[in-house]
Amino acid sequence: MSAPQPLLDVREIEVRYGAIRALKGVSFSVGAGEVVALLGANGAGKTTTQKTVSGMLRPVAGTIEFEGRRIDGTPAHKLVDLGICHVPEGRHVFPRMTVAENLDMGAFRFKQPDPADLERVLELFPRLKERYGQHSGTLSGGEQQMLAIGRALMGKPRLLLLDEPSMGLAPLIVAQIFDIVREINRSGVTVLLVEQNASQALSLADRGYVLETGDIVLEGAGRDLLADERVRAAYLGEEIAAS
Amino acid sequence: MSATDVSNRTATDSPASYDLPRTVRFGSLLLVVAALVVFPLVFTNPTITSVGVFAMIYLLAVSGWNIFSGYSGYIALGHALFFGIGQYSSAMLTSRFKIPAGWDLFALLPVAGAIAGLAAVPIGWMLLRVRKHTFIVLTIAVMFIFQLLAFNLRSWTGGSQGMQLPFPTWSGAYFNEPFYYIGLLAAAIALVTSWWVRRSKFGLGLLAIRDDEDRARSLGVRTTRTKLVAFAISAVFVGAAGAIYAPFIGSVFPQFAFDPSFDLALAVMAFTGGLGTLIGPALGALVIGSLQQYFLLQFGGANVFLIVYGLLFVLILRLLPQGIVPSIAARWRQWVTYRARNTPSTGVPPDSAPDVGRPFDVVLNQGGSA
Repeated sequence: MSAPQPLLDVREIEVRYGAIRALKGVSFSVGAGEVVALLGANGAGKTTTQKTVSGMLRPVAGTIEFEGRRIDGTPAHKLVDLGICHVPEGRHVFPRMTVAENLDMGAFRFKQPDPADLERVLELFPRLKERYGQHSGTLSGGEQQMLAIGRALMGKPRLLLLDEPSMGLAPLIVAQIFDIVREINRSGVTVLLVEQNASQALSLADRGYVLETGDIVLEGAGRDLLADERVRAAYLGEEIAAS
Repeated sequence: MSATDVSNRTATDSPASYDLPRTVRFGSLLLVVAALVVFPLVFTNPTITSVGVFAMIYLLAVSGWNIFSGYSGYIALGHALFFGIGQYSSAMLTSRFKIPAGWDLFALLPVAGAIAGLAAVPIGWMLLRVRKHTFIVLTIAVMFIFQLLAFNLRSWTGGSQGMQLPFPTWSGAYFNEPFYYIGLLAAAIALVTSWWVRRSKFGLGLLAIRDDEDRARSLGVRTTRTKLVAFAISAVFVGAAGAIYAPFIGSVFPQFAFDPSFDLALAVMAFTGGLGTLIGPALGALVIGSLQQYFLLQFGGANVFLIVYGLLFVLILRLLPQGIVPSIAARWRQWVTYRARNTPSTGVPPDSAPDVGRPFDVVLNQGGSA
């Protein structure tokens, strides 16, 4: 028996936007049950990496394996069937549909939504229960983020891709959302998290990778990265000063 | 109407129900249906009943149109194409198969609808390769292509000479009534279909396409197929409307069968009543369809109704930018919210009315580019 295979194995992927090389051979892995964080400044390639994993972008080189199966270049709607659910940057809820309908959309690949999933989502996010019949365009940013995560959970994810869940939200709401992500992870969902909010992300993540201009420059356990001087200088300095 | 629960499988208690009380909804529905049924019995003047026939034809067509354009957000400005196909189907079938001009005329309705629906599949397959704005322009173009075909395929269509349909055999004393009731029945079928679509998973996919097509696709909606099926369903009803119109008028001409003002009429009616709601477009058709025909009869062919049309549309956009039904629904929600806020026992009151946006914002500012 070899070492346990990671759930997600990304090897040397290269992604281009026209002439620009956005990713220059990024490799990382996510083990089953882990929370892994991708960190880095704006333009480092975090979102590009996640979009490539979720099938929205196609790498020009390198491979992505999910449970030992090649998935690079597979379109997003087929990856949903494998249990890879993506919560995109900027939430992208359906604004003129109700919270109820948005949640139903998360389970679109099934014949019908699982009532147990719905119950669980509404338990995790009581706010969504209060807003159940409302158009999601009327929700606050935090509520929309909760809805976006809830919608992804309705698809019974095995790997949840979260892109900047803290973006534009008040610190209190951010803490709330990270608590819920932790709870989701405890229930057995593997999480790949993209964040600029390094301290929050690393206190949650088992492991982290730091991206800089399309390359991974640092990797390690969440705790170690949090203590790493380079990380502190580059990503936490401002935050410590600010908070 | 309002977009609440898609199905009743969830027993979640929302703090305040936005829907009108059930009795009010069913009561008003019954009232409207009863009024429509007795209308020709009360107003027997043929001038008035002919206005009724036009209203029914528009009611049928716009209810069908709304199943595609209202729910998917893809505004089709070329459905006169299917109206024309329905008319020519009716005319060609009656002349080719020597169909007696009795009630048999109405047996052609489903056939003409099916022909329009079948034609919609290749047409939709081509048109739906592009996104919203480009789609609108292309639908207009394709409509004119069919008008040109009707002008030039003389051996089939008679070209600019048009085609005549046999005069109905029933008594002239009640010439309009059969057309009226068949139109009402077909419109009811269209509305029930629309209601069913709105509540189905298929309809959920359509709404998701309207709101964010790329996201819908990545969540597993087969966007192309969903749009195409809705497009074909809408064509069936608009085609059937044409097959009522042709024998009623008695003749088919290319410029009236494939008539751009019919395209506009459908859009204006739907926007007036409330695009994408179940009964909004129907309401728009009843109000505007009757008004248009009434003005046409009163002031002759001087197209005075076009001026009234324009004024009405400006008024609607100023006063009820979302259309009649959503505006009333929003007022109702505000009132429910107000009541909930002032009775402290109920949990958290819902926020203000949803931002439905102005109709053209909704159409033009969503989804990607072409």
